[in-house]
Amino acid sequence: MCCLCNTKRAMCLLTCGQSIWVCLQEIMKWNGWGYSDSKFLYNKKGQAEFTGKRYRLSGMIIPGLREWMESTFGANLQHKTPAAPILNSSAVQPPTLNEAFLKELKSTGIPFSHDAEDRVFRSHGHCLHEIFALREGKIGRVPDLVVWPNCHNDVVKIVELACKHNVCLMPYGGGTSVSSALECPPEETRSIVSLDTSQMNRILWIDEKNLTAHVEAGIVGQDLERLLNESGYCTGHEPDSMEFSSLGGWVATRASGMKKNIYGNIEDLVVHIKMVTPQGVIEKSCQGPRMSTGPDVHHFIMGSEGTLGVVTEVTMKIRPMPEYQKYGSVVFPNFEMGVACLREVARQRCAPASIRLMDNEQFKFGHALKPQVSSIFTSFLDGLKKFYITKFKGFDPNRLCVATLLFEGDREKVLQHEKQVYDIAAKFGGLAAGEDNGQRGYMLTFVIAYLRDLGMDYYVIGESFETSVPWDRVLDICRNVKARIVRECKDKGVQFPPLSTCRVTQTYDAGACVYFYFAFNYRGLSDPVHVYEQVEHAAREEILANGGSLSHHHGVGKLRKEWMRETISSVGMGMLRSVKDYVDPNNIFGNRNLL
Amino acid sequence: FQPVTRVVLLIFNPMLKKRDDFEDILEERRNSSDLRYALKCYTPVLYKGLTPCKVSELKQMVLQSDQLGYVITQVSKEKGMTTDEVTGDAAAILEEMAQRLQLSTVRFFAFTLSKVFKTLFRSICVNEEGLQRLQQAIHNHPVVLLPSHRSYMDFLLMSYILYTYDLALPVIAAGMDFMGMKVVGEMLRMSGAFFIRRSFGGDKLYWAVFSEYVKIMLKNGYAPVEFFLEGTRSRTAKSLTPKLGLLNIVMDPFLKGEVFDISLVPVSISYERTLEEALYARELLGVPKPKESTSGLFKARKILSEDYGSIHVYFGQPVSVRSLAESRVNRSQFNLIPRHIPTRPSEEILSFVNDSAYRLVRAQEENMVLKPWVLLAFVLLQKQAAEDKQGTALDEFTEQAVWLRDLSRHYGAFLHWPDHIPPSEVVSSSLSLHRGLVRISEGRLLNQAVVILSCVSYRNQALNVFIRPALLASAIHTAASNRKQEIYNGFSFLRNMFSNEFILCPGATVQDFEEACYLLVKTGALQINQQEVLITERGHRTLAFLTSVLDPFLQGYQVVCRFLCEEDCLTEKQFIPAVRKFIIKHLLTGRLRYIEVLSSDLQKNALAALIRLGAVQKIKGYVENQNLYGQNKVETTKLFSFTLFISSKNILPLLSVI
Repeated sequence: MCCLCNTKRAMCLLTCGQSIWVCLQEIMKWNGWGYSDSKFLYNKKGQAEFTGKRYRLSGMIIPGLREWMESTFGANLQHKTPAAPILNSSAVQPPTLNEAFLKELKSTGIPFSHDAEDRVFRSHGHCLHEIFALREGKIGRVPDLVVWPNCHNDVVKIVELACKHNVCLMPYGGGTSVSSALECPPEETRSIVSLDTSQMNRILWIDEKNLTAHVEAGIVGQDLERLLNESGYCTGHEPDSMEFSSLGGWVATRASGMKKNIYGNIEDLVVHIKMVTPQGVIEKSCQGPRMSTGPDVHHFIMGSEGTLGVVTEVTMKIRPMPEYQKYGSVVFPNFEMGVACLREVARQRCAPASIRLMDNEQFKFGHALKPQVSSIFTSFLDGLKKFYITKFKGFDPNRLCVATLLFEGDREKVLQHEKQVYDIAAKFGGLAAGEDNGQRGYMLTFVIAYLRDLGMDYYVIGESFETSVPWDRVLDICRNVKARIVRECKDKGVQFPPLSTCRVTQTYDAGACVYFYFAFNYRGLSDPVHVYEQVEHAAREEILANGGSLSHHHGVGKLRKEWMRETISSVGMGMLRSVKDYVDPNNIFGNRNLL
Repeated sequence: FQPVTRVVLLIFNPMLKKRDDFEDILEERRNSSDLRYALKCYTPVLYKGLTPCKVSELKQMVLQSDQLGYVITQVSKEKGMTTDEVTGDAAAILEEMAQRLQLSTVRFFAFTLSKVFKTLFRSICVNEEGLQRLQQAIHNHPVVLLPSHRSYMDFLLMSYILYTYDLALPVIAAGMDFMGMKVVGEMLRMSGAFFIRRSFGGDKLYWAVFSEYVKIMLKNGYAPVEFFLEGTRSRTAKSLTPKLGLLNIVMDPFLKGEVFDISLVPVSISYERTLEEALYARELLGVPKPKESTSGLFKARKILSEDYGSIHVYFGQPVSVRSLAESRVNRSQFNLIPRHIPTRPSEEILSFVNDSAYRLVRAQEENMVLKPWVLLAFVLLQKQAAEDKQGTALDEFTEQAVWLRDLSRHYGAFLHWPDHIPPSEVVSSSLSLHRGLVRISEGRLLNQAVVILSCVSYRNQALNVFIRPALLASAIHTAASNRKQEIYNGFSFLRNMFSNEFILCPGATVQDFEEACYLLVKTGALQINQQEVLITERGHRTLAFLTSVLDPFLQGYQVVCRFLCEEDCLTEKQFIPAVRKFIIKHLLTGRLRYIEVLSSDLQKNALAALIRLGAVQKIKGYVENQNLYGQNKVETTKLFSFTLFISSKNILPLLSVI
């Protein structure tokens, strides 16, 4: 079905001549997360397994998953809700094309397509309602045209043409948004053009004296790291979506990476940004490491969510690749102790590259995802560990929780650092629980998104959302939001108790980032997505009432717009609004995010 | 003024109120060993989030809390003391305050109270379903128990019932006056009471220790926290205007996100005969109340020889603070200041707590069980006021009681009238239980003067059932026309006037009016169309009755007004004795019919209302710490004339006197 994609790839290969580029669309699911070859399924014996070869878990049997799913959600292998297998192109509205624009676009030679599949692929992010609709084969408003600029100048031409012909532009990077940011506004009557940055994926130069790299904004996280690694460098920016999300997307949403404790978040990593707007190109004149030149214009760009223009090129800090990496984990008797430990680690400013604290439910969930153990010896060891923790140390298996750690740097310092952190943990009753548990914890970050697709095959829907909150509020917000989810589900007629769990994923001097997972079995509900949205809405209200932020790194999009005014005040809204009005008076970048 | 739609009116339909059945807990006590009961295995369901801790640990948590720490630093700076000294003071306050709940003491009480209760009361009835709901609530969230307060007995009774049903024993906020009784005070402490000074106005440290102590016990689910919304025992059996201090404290952990929710459980305790019956009447008439002392308690032993009928205790539906606050309170107002820094609650919070308090007191009122005697008190008092000196024939009396029974049922009263017994027997057995107040002589009744106030305290138990219709009836009675708008205005005036006297939720005038209209229309007393309100043929009796329900209060307020008109300036202390003298004069000359106006409760409420309405002004006097009332003459006269106008038909004979 992907014929146009093939021809386009051929065309692209011809024009750019680079072999690293693959047509992601071809190897990715159209109605679920990630690679087509990688997914969870129940095999003929009724055991869960993860297919493909890409991940550590690939090709493995996960014996505990089925029981966990059955007991947690009341799900049942007999009750399946399969997805529509292929896209029915006739369900896609024919494109509204702006002929004049199209004509001029053709003359520039920039590749484009109005094939239904290409358009649908770029019409959504990964919010639950978006994927749920796709699985049911329901297609709403989609872009009318997709263009693939190859470089900054192509983008300049496209934006000029769009302004000239009053066409709506929606930048598209990796498509991993979870804020409805990629949803086409249904009220948009102009032709909507999806500007896919995936072809702008080169590292243009590396400056080893200043440790910076100048990179095109369409590059995907894993490619950026791999290419830099070849030269012995890394950015260290690893958001959970890094396999698919793009540099431009990170800038546009104020992304945060797992290892920000060493490398910083995107705003700390960026040195220089080039963005094409309807008013022209915005960039700074130099690459000084800090400037006192009025409000930092980069901060208008970071978090603008595609409402002002297209980020085309970014200069980023790079670091030499770490000499040594070590995972670790600590078990705490309860979540309260765990949070107290993380707080102390933050107070002493000795957080490792990553430190994450999962609550008890998530600990159990992680446990259920343990692959089949090959040797009797390991299972014996596991049993012994469990005995030691629960019986000897008296940890309640229904209360204990686990922190996963990742240390990075030169070997000696890592070991020293490790000792420091474990010593602090010990003060809060924490017991070191091995590298394996730690590593598995991080691996899960990448496969967990695949798990949602499995759930959706069996009446289970869910999603994650996040916030940031001052330290003194962390425990309260975790407890209250989880409880609110449970209560709302009950009130909305959900038949089975939901999974409502959280983890503290980042520590800062003054607070932490908290990530919630929430899923439930929707059998017996007539409109599960609506129920889901109501519960998520209530959970967000609860977050805000408990002093949490509207978002730590997912962004606002259209999903969380309604709370923007109370979040940044009316004056704040006015400031952003006036920037938008100046930069894009005709709303060419009309995805209607944020404001 | 917009009429509320029919759908909304359905909410008022009292017939839809469903109430649980009662179970007598004394019955089992009469049939099995009290000792075994006192020593039974006691394993209550606890809060699911509880981390068990000892009494001493609890104190440590209070002293080490950020909240208290902040205030200690503040106080030490202000007073130039070291923080250690201030912490010492705080520890001393805590020592004086803290409870020391001990199961052994509770068992002792369980034993002795069983004996006492069996002697005093015929039965103690509780709604078991309510206790089941309570158990569930205790498991899920921190719980606050809010019993009505009519007797010293209340909190012993509460703990006794909870012990009987194997429920978590509460910690109880008690007034410091109990501490006067040395042994008993300590006993109460060991059964869960903690003691608060009656006034600690400006004492920051005291307030901080106290509020933190309560919050920590509540948040940790250490035990249900029990206190009396009314603040003190109601001497008149009318619910008192709720006090907000403690309610504010217990709601705070929810509003600041420290707990997911808190359950407030209103409990209605109704006594067929109050132990303090005569005591209260004397107190209201100005005989000072005896100081609580252990020896005084023993003197009260003669009480034991009397029959006090039965007690009904109704555990109401738990009210979730979260649902009360939903779409009322913006909780993010606490986001910008560290939560341990004490701040004055915002207007929004204050009005929320106030409204909630009224709702809860109304919930208490609604589940108060009314005995036939309460209705008889209405009839008796109205007769008495009509100067029916010879008393009443028993059968006529019974007829009126039955009529009132039916009316009150229509109005949703929780009436405990045994329908299987002929009404005449119900009436005579009620009368015989209260023979101290009424005598039957050859089918005739005679009333005694001081006794009136005791009777009033029974009648008052059912006032909440009739108050809204009574306000409406009085408004209709005094209105110059049948126009709905005019009647509403009159209603609104009266309601405002009496909002210190009765539990009338602030800002709910329209709802109350609609509710009153609904009830009167439903019982066929009124016909209401778009513009007009008409009394039906059969409605006259109802309206006459309702008007006379309010009349004593109306006249009482008028007398107070008149008194104030004749005075120029007087101190707070002088007010009650002076107004009492004035009233006695009027009663003796026959210008005032209602002896109950002598109640200091009514006089205080009237004054408070006049101050609230701006008719009387409170002036800080030159004499230190003494408030002077100087009155704004013009205003008073104006208000007074309006009051006269409103009830002119009632007081025509009085007008000539002025």
